[in-house]
Amino acid sequence: MTRRFPILAALLLPGAMLALHAQAQAQAQETDATAPQAERHAGSDHGSMDHAQMDMSAGDMNGMDHAAHAMPKVNASDEPGDAPPPPVPTDFPADRFFPPARMAVSRAAMVKEMTFSTFALQVDQLEWRSGKGGDGFGWEGQAWYGGDIDRVVLASEGEGLFGERAERIELGAYWRHALDPWFNLQLGMRQDFRPDPRRTYALLGIEGLAPYWFELEGQLLVSNKGDIHARGKAGYTQRITQSLVLEPEAEVDFAFQDVPELNVGAGFERLELGLRLRYERNRSLAPYVGVNWERKLGGTAEFARAAGEGVSGVSAVFGARAMF
Amino acid sequence: MSLHDSQFRLLLERRRFLALGGAVAGTLGMFPAWARSGTAGLAHARPGSEVLSGDSIALEIGESHFTTGGRSAHAATVNGTLPAPLLRLREGSKVRIAVTNRLKVQSSIHWHGLLVPFQMDGVPGVSFPGIEPGETFLYEFPLTHSGTFWYHSHSGMQEAEGLFGPIVIDPVGVDPLACDREHVLVLSDWSPIHPHEQMRRLKMQGGYFNRQRQTLSGLLAGRDQTLAERLAWAQMRMDATDISDVTGSTYSFLINGHGHAENWTGLFAPGERVRLRVINASSMTNFNFRIPGLPLTVVAADGNPVQPVETDEVQIAIAETYDFIVEPGTAPSHAIVAEAIDRSGLVRATLAQRPGLVAEAPKLRARPVLTMRDMGMDMSGMDMGAGGVIDLSQPASGEMTGHMEGHSMSMRDPSAAPGVKMGPGVAMLSPMPVDRLADRPTGLETVEHRVLTYAQLRARDANPDPRTPSRQIDVHLTANMERYMWSMDGEAMSENPAPIPFRLGERVRVNLVNDTMMPHPIHLHGHFFELVSGEPGHRARKHTVNVLPGGKVSFDLTADGEGDWAFHCHMLLHMHAGMMRVVTVRRAEEA
Repeated sequence: MTRRFPILAALLLPGAMLALHAQAQAQAQETDATAPQAERHAGSDHGSMDHAQMDMSAGDMNGMDHAAHAMPKVNASDEPGDAPPPPVPTDFPADRFFPPARMAVSRAAMVKEMTFSTFALQVDQLEWRSGKGGDGFGWEGQAWYGGDIDRVVLASEGEGLFGERAERIELGAYWRHALDPWFNLQLGMRQDFRPDPRRTYALLGIEGLAPYWFELEGQLLVSNKGDIHARGKAGYTQRITQSLVLEPEAEVDFAFQDVPELNVGAGFERLELGLRLRYERNRSLAPYVGVNWERKLGGTAEFARAAGEGVSGVSAVFGARAMF
Repeated sequence: MSLHDSQFRLLLERRRFLALGGAVAGTLGMFPAWARSGTAGLAHARPGSEVLSGDSIALEIGESHFTTGGRSAHAATVNGTLPAPLLRLREGSKVRIAVTNRLKVQSSIHWHGLLVPFQMDGVPGVSFPGIEPGETFLYEFPLTHSGTFWYHSHSGMQEAEGLFGPIVIDPVGVDPLACDREHVLVLSDWSPIHPHEQMRRLKMQGGYFNRQRQTLSGLLAGRDQTLAERLAWAQMRMDATDISDVTGSTYSFLINGHGHAENWTGLFAPGERVRLRVINASSMTNFNFRIPGLPLTVVAADGNPVQPVETDEVQIAIAETYDFIVEPGTAPSHAIVAEAIDRSGLVRATLAQRPGLVAEAPKLRARPVLTMRDMGMDMSGMDMGAGGVIDLSQPASGEMTGHMEGHSMSMRDPSAAPGVKMGPGVAMLSPMPVDRLADRPTGLETVEHRVLTYAQLRARDANPDPRTPSRQIDVHLTANMERYMWSMDGEAMSENPAPIPFRLGERVRVNLVNDTMMPHPIHLHGHFFELVSGEPGHRARKHTVNVLPGGKVSFDLTADGEGDWAFHCHMLLHMHAGMMRVVTVRRAEEA
């Protein structure tokens, strides 16, 4: 039974991640799609008019054309010619009036000033959890430094019960690279301090904003012992009023094989669903209440049952989201 | 409202104003007299009123503390005032302005709208090296034209910290636009949050300052978009309420440095014709300007006289200037209203027969919601109602679900803009940008009174260069609001893009295409250009043009200013994030 899961998993999770990536790539490939685009239009028989072909005499197309830049209500004589542009000079006129060395410093300073690198700390969840199994805590957040395209990210999440050893403590460090307007690549490591024994994973992931404003994240993790896991996350922000925000979230872990040392069975390991209602009068510190439901699944649940532990738990959560 | 009520209210307002006025005066020395509340105006300016004239002027840039409406922070000022002193100069003369920088960081002054030699234009890294702390830079240039202009720092977003002031250049001889009285109105936005911190917060969350987004309760109450529209926009990951980045949630809006409660007051006498020189010196706020009940006659735009147009409301984009003539008649007072285009706030000043009158400000109007036209899709003649959902997230293909006569409707089809470098910073390309010069600006599409459009502006004087442009170029204004990235043609200024070259004296048409959902006031230094609208000959000449969302604007430029010039969006954070280029004008043999 457990042997079959890798196959299923291999089909499901990476499939989903690949689909995400394929979408990202498809958008990236639009960059050089100009030529094929034109061919497609030229060869099509559905009356398509691309920008270059658009019929200037068509009155209803006024102001829509790019290539010829037809302007509404303008005489034909007002149409610009097609003289070539001058070459792009490489020297700097200001060097004739000011010391060239000083101008060079000034130009570099301008570029540097406009290159935006910044630090941010975003704590998505920092909460107290109250459930049947006792009171506990949970957190999730990240700090990053960098610009628009490349960032270094330190991400952490974990949970546990007060008075016991924490159940999960994860610390990830990765390079985040923007792939397209919406999605980012993650490449780095994740160190798990809990559960025991500790594991170090190599991390490859994709995160981003999907159509309809869904926040998605998919990660593939390979440990220093060779076991392979995957994690998927999805979230959504629903504004009820300007300050009241409802945020449903889901997180699922998947193992591609049994890992008895970690009490993990092949297949889906655990599923966590959360629903949090946040009061965001102030963006930098927003308190929330909510409910969190977590369940161990498949072989992992069997391990838990064998050890006499519960496999699912629901808790009321009280916490705050912070942004600095 | 009964007379008694209004008198009582007036008293209250006046008391509050005096208290605030005192607080301001205490922290920032004083306002320059022309900007002081209760001013009699320029025609009656007394000596020592901090109107600087003559051919030799000294300005000192320094740090001050500024307070308005309970918000207080450091400010960068000139000669200790916010706004900076009015420079009143005469066309045909030559001026020497010594600017001393007393800040701890580099500074500069750019003369916005003045045609000066490029090395006097004041843009560090482009036209000169900047003014280092303790250094004095001597600007020296001839005044070759007249009108209403302004000056501001071009360093480190100091303009957002208060470093701006007005310039009035009087024409040689008699001014045909002269009135009984004139007032200068400098509109601005003021936040205690440093602009760099504003930028950082926007990079964390594109909608950080937007407190007027669409909500579930709004949907249930039938406000804003319908569910179907919201879904269509959500699919495209586009926010129809993304009107302004930095809003009234942190800004106080000011007229001549006075907030709403401080009620700046300019005086008039019954029967007078009053000229208002209005400058939008904001860093991030386009203003809807009106005087309820009083028509505005537009007589100049960006300093250049236009054939008079009477209207009721004008959206004054950042960095634009307009001269209006108003006839306040015999009413004791009129409210001058500058409302932020996202309706997150407004500031009222009063035009009054005597100090102490407070004209009642109208209520803020509903925040506008963007439409498909703002996305570069003219939906006229398109069936959207009957379930005609268009899949805009897909690349263009032969399979169109819309009925745009086969035209590509992709939101990001690179064939719509071959010159744009596609990447994470380009979230959309307007599939069908239309010329929007005749459109009413954002949020004023349906107001019931008259609203000025660019197409209504015709130059009073014949355009100096009647030639048809010999060539044309496209410049795309590109962005990704979610990542808060802004660029031209997909490349930010920090990527060191090649300058845009022109031959000295050549005439070129520049087509600005707005591939974002926000209006961008685009400013070219050192030149005026003619907006391509209506018959040639008397087209409006401007230095800044607001390109409406998803639309396009063409202007004809005679490249007669030799040298390197900045060319950028005048939303300060957009410029700083990269929506800027260097334009270089060279002699033909040199190029």
